[in-house]
Amino acid sequence: MDVVAMHIANGIVNAQVSGMFAVIAAFALAICVMRGRADLNDRLAPMAGLVAAFIFAVQMLNFQVLPGVSGHLLGGTLAAILVGPWVGALCVSTVLIIQCLLFADGGLTALGLNITNMAVLGTAVGYLLVAGLLRVLPKTPGGLAVTAFVASVISVVIASQGFVLQYWLGGTTQLSLSTIAGALAGVHTFIGIGEGLIAATTVATVARVRPDLVYALRRFRAPAASPAMAAAGVGGTA
Amino acid sequence: MKGRAVRRASSSNPRLVWFLAGGLLVALLLAGVVSNFASGSPDGLDATALKGCTTDAEGNITGGTCIAQQEQEHQMKDSPLADYGIAGIDNPYLSAGLSGVIGVLLTFGLGYGLFWLVRRRGQRTDRTATGAGEA
Repeated sequence: MDVVAMHIANGIVNAQVSGMFAVIAAFALAICVMRGRADLNDRLAPMAGLVAAFIFAVQMLNFQVLPGVSGHLLGGTLAAILVGPWVGALCVSTVLIIQCLLFADGGLTALGLNITNMAVLGTAVGYLLVAGLLRVLPKTPGGLAVTAFVASVISVVIASQGFVLQYWLGGTTQLSLSTIAGALAGVHTFIGIGEGLIAATTVATVARVRPDLVYALRRFRAPAASPAMAAAGVGGTA
Repeated sequence: MKGRAVRRASSSNPRLVWFLAGGLLVALLLAGVVSNFASGSPDGLDATALKGCTTDAEGNITGGTCIAQQEQEHQMKDSPLADYGIAGIDNPYLSAGLSGVIGVLLTFGLGYGLFWLVRRRGQRTDRTATGAGEA
């Protein structure tokens, strides 16, 4: 495997702006821990560990999007659907911290930049879209798959623009911002499509096997047994 | 009712254990085996960051103007798992695959452990948590 670096490296954004985003990321993660506690019970804790491990694994699977350019899953939308936005952002952060400290991927100085883009921004955008889409789409494995796909594509493109903002604030080179924004948005649309397909397959599979483990379905399901879930032929509460 | 729900939700639930084991097995196969078939091209961010620069066979920048021009070395470059391999194992498939397996197990262990520590516990802790969270 030749791909050895997947996230922002050291020295691309200056120390001051990197430090500022480290503070922003730490603050956001503290909020996620506080809010996530309300969701985390004896059952969600191991599930969140699994979601983090799964995202780590799938991030290693770079897929070709253009000649000489690959992409990989970021995972924010997938995590938000399975374990909720607060715990989801913590799952992606866990992956990024392990990749940085043990696998030398994503600079240590750039950790705040990477967490802000992929864990905080990516998960937040993904979850807001999921919450909106599940108001209109059926809460079935199919509906969830479409939701995951659309939310993933948009979330990945927006996460890539997080880097553009950071580069604008403190890039160590002076290159055209609009060119960078356009190039990143373009390639991340393709990456988002790949991520969307992976996320859709994953959440639809979990929704079929164990719908009770899908946070987004629990959250938006009526308190009584939902007819949509019954129609999907799932008996996960037995 | 409440007690029953809590008991059903506990991790000793064999159905949840099976689901977790299945999910973990999929993750181990993806990171340990499938990862060797992943694309070797730089990802979207990396490719954009190198646009405008020329690089040598090892990927070091040799000239030009690009985002990654001022890139510095990683502080952890000497980590035994650096660059998704295991220091000392020469077979690239074994090295990458094993590093993926270790990464999946570490991420699961660390994630599970941390989430278990901050989780909401029973009624008593619930009340204190609500009180503290009101600020």
